[in-house]
Formats: sequence, structure tokens, C-alpha cells
Amino acid sequence: MKLSTKHLLGIKDLTKEDIQLILATAADFKGVLQRPVKKVPSLRDVTIVNLFYENSTRTRMSFELAEKRLSADTLNFAASSSSAAKGETLLDTVQNILSMKVDMIVMRHSASGAPHFLSKQIDAAIINAGDGINEHPTQALLDAFSIQEKFGSLEGLRVAIIGDIMHSRVALSNIYLLKKMGAEVMVAGPPTLIPKYIKEALNVKVVYNVKDALEWCDVANVLRIQLERQNQPLFSSLREYNLAYGITRKLLDSIGKEITIMHPGPINRGVELDSDVADGRNSIILNQVENGVAVRMAALYLLRPQQSN
Amino acid sequence: MKTVLSSHQVALSIKRLAHQILENHIQLQDTVLIGLQPRGIFLSDKIVDEIKSIINPSLVSYGKLDITFYRDDIHKQIHHANQTDIPFSIDNKKVVLIDDVLWTGRTIRAALDALLDFGRPKKVELCVLIDRRFSREYPIQADYVGREIDTFPNQKVMVYLNNTVKEECVELWES
Repeated sequence: MKLSTKHLLGIKDLTKEDIQLILATAADFKGVLQRPVKKVPSLRDVTIVNLFYENSTRTRMSFELAEKRLSADTLNFAASSSSAAKGETLLDTVQNILSMKVDMIVMRHSASGAPHFLSKQIDAAIINAGDGINEHPTQALLDAFSIQEKFGSLEGLRVAIIGDIMHSRVALSNIYLLKKMGAEVMVAGPPTLIPKYIKEALNVKVVYNVKDALEWCDVANVLRIQLERQNQPLFSSLREYNLAYGITRKLLDSIGKEITIMHPGPINRGVELDSDVADGRNSIILNQVENGVAVRMAALYLLRPQQSN
Repeated sequence: MKTVLSSHQVALSIKRLAHQILENHIQLQDTVLIGLQPRGIFLSDKIVDEIKSIINPSLVSYGKLDITFYRDDIHKQIHHANQTDIPFSIDNKKVVLIDDVLWTGRTIRAALDALLDFGRPKKVELCVLIDRRFSREYPIQADYVGREIDTFPNQKVMVYLNNTVKEECVELWES
């Protein structure tokens, strides 16, 4: 019962068996989270640093809670209030932290590949909590867990990922995972926010019309417009984006079938998703957040340091 | 290989264990039965079936406990967990833990830890089919024992109760 990798840098490196093992273990931890004492001693000899070079609410709190539920000791690092602001490099920062006997690193960074770079320099297990526009593996795993919880299996399911595909690490991780698990994937959004050749590179369907995507899919994973990563205007205004690509109750009702709505958060209400859709009966957005803790417990548990002998 | 219990003896032992539990817990008032995952379940299923044939089945509270996340060797090897299903409160209840083999006592130590996270039982007892006596690493003893046997550490006790591979029996293997 082991993962094939030492780190969780991206879904790209995982096998189908790895993904199944993480999801099955997450189901066990979800059971733990229903108990009167929502805590197990599995990681009480492990110290973990949450190294966040980029802002986060859900992911950081979810990881921190997962670590505490596993009885690990945790350290929190936020770049804005640290010596990184004085010019210390990533590698120096990490080596200093590790010299204080820290065993695992949960890391978010705005540069794609930052955790991969770090994994070549240090020995501690690294979990990628989002690197630039590359991957966000635990988000894809919790999305898959939430879909599986509702539908039983990912095999053959039709999932549309809608919105800013270009700047989304959630999209890339989700595409890798869903394809590995046998789901069909479509991406939809304005042409300026969908990478060229994504169809050929990742074997996904591409449409530029949200209604077409909704008519095709069982599950719609709606993404946020990542204005902070866009250094040139890619659409005219948020208002216009909402009119052309926003998911409204009216649009959903015109489809004539039930579609499960997901969103990785944070939601820009009234832009990509209207409030009555985000809070509506087919939304599993808060289930995603709840499942995040169990999925991250599974990843931490399965990657915990092992002593040989 | 040596046969410790034949199919007939296994059946008799299970009957006896069920009766002994009932002797001490009349009508199972305030008593719950909890089998330990994964292999203790094969035994606990049979004991529970036996008890249900003697008393009103609705009086029986039966749960399953997985101790994977409480193991003391987790830093050496990661094990896959099984389902835990305790659909009742154990607060102030008498708990009978059921496992197939008692050896070092480490599993039961972990089970006690796991159990306490579900509540504060009034009393905890242990029921096993095989007790490998004189090989304990923790001060833990069973209250109900199918058969006590003397073994060397390198020997392996194989309990076949799920009928799929072979007839029900218990065997002692040299490794």
C-alpha cells in the first residue's frame, strides 16, 4: 500500500492506482471526521510546514486542519510577513526551516514548477498546494472525490470545465486526473482564455459556447477568472464575461436536465456563477470544501516519512 | 504445518464463546460487541450470528472498528485502512472486543486507543479465537479464549473463517 511517488507535485506523475489509493484512504478519513473525536494519532511524530508564497483561504486552512486532525505539529509561513520580503531565496528559506527538523512541506507558489525545483534540492516530502498556472493536485483529488461521492464512479462521466482555462492550475490537474480515471472532459470559455492546441495536447473536447458545454455535460466545474495572472486584457469586461459565459439559473433551466455544479473557490458571484446557481440544489461547492480536509489527510498520511527497518 | 482447530472444533469454540459472552452479559443489556478489522470480523460475524440465534436479535448492538490510523508501527509501514462502523454510542456501555488472534497485544493496545475516541466505555473485555500465550509485548489478556497455544515468534497462525479459500480451521505454520 504505497504511492508510486515520494512527493505530490502534480496529478501528472500519479498512476491510476495512486489516485484510487488516495481516494479510498480519503473515504476512511471522512469517516474519522464524523466521529466524536475527529482526530487520529497517525502523524504525531511528524512536523509539517505550510509554506504559502501566495494568498489562500480554503487550501491553507484545509491543509492546516488536516494536519491537526492527524496530530501533526504544524508551522505556518506566509511570504508577505516573512524574511522572503527581505529578499531571502526560496531554497534558503526552506533549508533554514528544514534545519529545525521539519519533515514535510506543503507549498504554494506563484511560479509554476517551484515545488518541482525544490524536490530536486531537498529530502523532505513536498505536497504541491498550487504552483502558478501548472497544477493544484489536492484540488483535483477533492473534486474527484466529491464527484465520485455523488455519482459512484468517474468512469464515462462527462465533466465540463468552464472559464479561465489558460490561467487555471485547477483545470490542468482536473484534466489529468479525469482522463486517467476514464472520464470525458470538455473545456469551455472564451477563445482568449483557452490555450491553443489544448485539444491535441490533452485530448479534451473544446467549445467556445457555454450552453453547448452544459448540454453535453453531467458535471460543470466552473472556474474563477484569474485577473491577477492576466497581464493583458483578454476580454472586454467582467460584465460582458457574465453575459456571455456566466452560468445563470435561466441558462441552466433552459437545458432541461440536472447538472451538478462545482467551483474550486473563491467564487466571484455574478461573474462566472450567479448566486442562485452557486447556492442552488445541484451545487456541491460546500461538499468540495468539506471533502478537502479528508482528501488532504489522505495525501499527508500516504506521504508521511518512513523509517527503513 | 499443524492443525490447531479443525472445522468441527472451530464451530464448537464459536458456540462456546457466544455462550460465555451471554453468561456474563445477560440479554446483552448495556453491552455492545465490536469486531476488529480486517480479520477479526470473520470471527465476530459468526459469534454475533450465534448470539442472535439464542436471544432476540434486536438486543444485539454490533460494530466494526478499524485501528489502522492508531498503529504504533506507522513510521515503518503504511497500511491500508478498512471501514469503521459503530452506529451507536459506547458511552457507559460494556464493550466486548472480538479479534481472531491475540499475539503481542499491540493491536488491542491500538484498539483501546481507537475505542476511546468514540466515547468512554464502562468496561472493555476481549474475546479471541486463538491466544498465543507467553508472547505478549504489552500487559493485555483476553477474557474469552477459544484455544490457548504455545508458539515461537517465527511461526504463523492462520485462521480460515471466511470459507472462500478452504474449510474453516486454524493452522500453525513454520515459516
